[in-house]
Amino acid sequence: MTATGSDTTTTTTGGARGRDEAAPVLEMRGITKTFPGVTALAGVDLAVRPREIHAVCGENGAGKSTLMKVLSGVHPHGSYDGEIEFRGEPVAFRDIAESERRGIVIIHQELALVPELSIAENIFLGNEQASRGIISWGATLRAAARLLRRVGLPDNPQTRVGELGVGKQQLVEIAKALSKEVALLILDEPTAALNDEDSRNLLQLILDLRDEGIACIAISHKLEEIRRIADSVTILRDGRSVETLRVRETPDAAPELSEDRIIRGMVGRDLGSRFPERRTYRGAGAGQVAFEVSGWTVRHPTEQRTVVDDVSLTVHRGEIVGIAGLMGAGRTELAMNVFGRSYGIYDGGTVAVNGNPVRTRTVPEAIAHGIAYVTEDRKTFGLNLIDTVHRNISLTSLPGMTRRGAVDEHEEQQVAERYRQSMNIKTPTVFEPVDRLSGGNQQKVVLSKWIHADPDVLILDEPTRGIDVGSKFEIYTVVERLAAEGKAVLFISSELPELLGMCDRIYAMSAGRLTGEVGRENATQELLMRYMTADAELKVPT
Amino acid sequence: MTTTQDRTPDAPAPDHLPEERSTGAILLDVLRNNVRQYGMLIALALIVLLFQIWTDGTLLLPNNVSNLVQQNSYILILAIGMMVVIIAGHIDLSVGSLVAFVGAIAAVMMVDYNLPWVVALVLSLAIGAVAGAWQGFWIAYVGIPSFIVTLAGMLLFRGATQIVLEGQSVAPFPGGFQQIAQGFIPEMGPYTQYHNPTLVLGLLAVVALVVQQVRDRRRQRAHELPVLPPALFGAKCAAMAAAVVVVTLTLASYHGVPVVLLILCGLVLVLGYVMRNAVIGRHIYALGGNKAAAKLSGVRDKRVTFLVFVNMGVLAALAGCVYAARLNAATPQAGLMFELEAIAAAFIGGASMRGGVGTVVGAVIGGLVLGVLNNGMSLVGIGTDVQQVIKGLVLLAAVGFDVWNKRRATTT
Repeated sequence: MTATGSDTTTTTTGGARGRDEAAPVLEMRGITKTFPGVTALAGVDLAVRPREIHAVCGENGAGKSTLMKVLSGVHPHGSYDGEIEFRGEPVAFRDIAESERRGIVIIHQELALVPELSIAENIFLGNEQASRGIISWGATLRAAARLLRRVGLPDNPQTRVGELGVGKQQLVEIAKALSKEVALLILDEPTAALNDEDSRNLLQLILDLRDEGIACIAISHKLEEIRRIADSVTILRDGRSVETLRVRETPDAAPELSEDRIIRGMVGRDLGSRFPERRTYRGAGAGQVAFEVSGWTVRHPTEQRTVVDDVSLTVHRGEIVGIAGLMGAGRTELAMNVFGRSYGIYDGGTVAVNGNPVRTRTVPEAIAHGIAYVTEDRKTFGLNLIDTVHRNISLTSLPGMTRRGAVDEHEEQQVAERYRQSMNIKTPTVFEPVDRLSGGNQQKVVLSKWIHADPDVLILDEPTRGIDVGSKFEIYTVVERLAAEGKAVLFISSELPELLGMCDRIYAMSAGRLTGEVGRENATQELLMRYMTADAELKVPT
Repeated sequence: MTTTQDRTPDAPAPDHLPEERSTGAILLDVLRNNVRQYGMLIALALIVLLFQIWTDGTLLLPNNVSNLVQQNSYILILAIGMMVVIIAGHIDLSVGSLVAFVGAIAAVMMVDYNLPWVVALVLSLAIGAVAGAWQGFWIAYVGIPSFIVTLAGMLLFRGATQIVLEGQSVAPFPGGFQQIAQGFIPEMGPYTQYHNPTLVLGLLAVVALVVQQVRDRRRQRAHELPVLPPALFGAKCAAMAAAVVVVTLTLASYHGVPVVLLILCGLVLVLGYVMRNAVIGRHIYALGGNKAAAKLSGVRDKRVTFLVFVNMGVLAALAGCVYAARLNAATPQAGLMFELEAIAAAFIGGASMRGGVGTVVGAVIGGLVLGVLNNGMSLVGIGTDVQQVIKGLVLLAAVGFDVWNKRRATTT
């Protein structure tokens, strides 16, 4: 096997790898897939060499997921045009079971684990270790323990999956894939929901598996991650494979491909700048504190521990203030507790809007005082997915659209139409259910909804999570415009470049406490990372 | 790729919409976007047509139409309330027992205590509200699943009925009370072969309908929203007016409008309007569609859920009075299985198990599908055993069609 250290540049003892120009393990040629009225894929080519981590990237809607569904048999043979060759022979999968038997396993972005079952039961779900229909628990647990060691998960295989964090669940998924004798592992946004440490572990595991001979296709929006682990990257744009680029010459070499080069391929042009230019607000009340939180403390809803500890912060009118932090630092917990006690148990602290102390014990109270919170999880907390674009936009502002107690539907539709145009929401009509929209466009709907509520203070929680580069820029532009109009914006994000590009000032949180505050001119990724990983007890002087 | 649409993504600017596209294309679009609603309406029309032929025209004879309305009124009232409950993401299994309980209380008030029937009716509705509030409290504020709370209520109110009635039937009721379910609005004016007030009501309905449609269209125009082209709009108004005229003439050539039909129309108009246009209606849809998102958008989820059950309680009480008035007796076995009929009507009429979807009119259409099946099958002499089988299959087919249609629409 291979010796691997904490760093990807550690040398390995593989030997026979390197410039491996052997026949590809997977070759997809001219894949074309159409849905009624839409061509999702138009002649896509993809070749994955043995022992390779092959990234697939592209904007949302570029066809990445469809391509993987074709490969794994979700879209059965016959429903698409083109050829697939796997390990040298043509294949025609009718369903996922068939592709899994051949060793192609896909791990979806939304994990497919049953929370009420144990790790071992989940690993062998649908593949039970049984003889004559009776499950052998001994064999199940032994095999599960072996797989868990292989993915580096120390937990007991009898632990309920629901008790594990997302990072560990991801590892269980991989253990499940390994139990199926996987030859080609497909990962869809594997680190989207993971914190930095879990991401690092997962990426290292993918590298280890490659060294064991498992090829991997990784779909990712995180370009820096692609540079870190991938050997090649294929870029899709509008359902076509634009180009395949070598990220590094040998598996252990440093990456030679720049992020900007990948972005250029994805958007088909150079992005002049990834962030809009900031304008200063000079209107009424400029420079005044619009939003002030003092001594805010939150306890965990069920456990006896403090998740937000004595946090105080201010946001001025027209200012964009960031909150940096790793997952679990308490940023979302702070925002949601301030916003109508939507998470956890309030344990002290005050809020003032435009200098006046206000109560925010319920969501309607918070909204009434001009506070808006745009959630990090738009599908669970942000949108009524089965309802239309226009009704989602109007939901928070309905009382303002009523005449004699009745909602003015025409005004509602007109408002939605206005946002469709001004926010560039890509939808045929505002009467489309939002679950038909792409992630970026859904996020624009959530933003429209809160912008129309006309708050003084906007708390944005990971507003660009899981959306493509083009949409990100559009959302940055909207946020910048809001600040330029005099709104106070609190910008929570896990992406440091985004915070540095957008914010006037950035707070850092670690383990529930504020550990630092830096102005735009002094902020660097390194400094923020130091604050974010600071021992919360030793407050770093600001 | 979850964003596949089956329409062209580049819709023309709204104000050009009516002129640039052919009438047929717009009609198709309208139909495609409302498959579920029109689908059920077409199914209802087909069922009516089938039995109209099968019964040699008996089904739509004036006296049978009146009968059909009166026979199904209490299920329709329950179905309307049930639809709201299901949209909110809940279920109510107790309504059948509540029908019996309220009927029993009303009977005791009128027969044993000689209260005037109007007072008894008002008190009955109030008791329904209290019963609904009782269940709403456990569901909304304590957080017990509605299935459990109303299952408990089903047993509780059934038992309470037997206690109140001491296992006996209580009857008869004052004439005024009976009129709720059995009466017609009184005849007035000269003899015209038709029932005059019914004609007047029908005429008023047609005028109101057209005025409302025209105003709606004008307001849409004013907001620069797409509107139907004039020809199609005219056809739509004419079709709706014709339907009202046919029903009016049918009813007017018998005893006129049943009292209970007026009550039903009032309920459909008011609740339909509330669900569509009032803030609380929108909040009910939002809550059923995604509770977490609704809460974070400022919807007072507990209060809304509570009120949904109070509403259901009042409607169950109304249905209880109508049912007792129709039988002219309160019996311990009243309302048995009504909850299941109401739930079936709501699902046939377009509700979804997951909540957030459905319309009040849909509940009425669903209830009518079941009602016409009942009545038609009885007329042609099909036994109740076979009737049950067929109704079960219709429920399965309606929801199955819905599932199939949705899967076809979302090409993932």
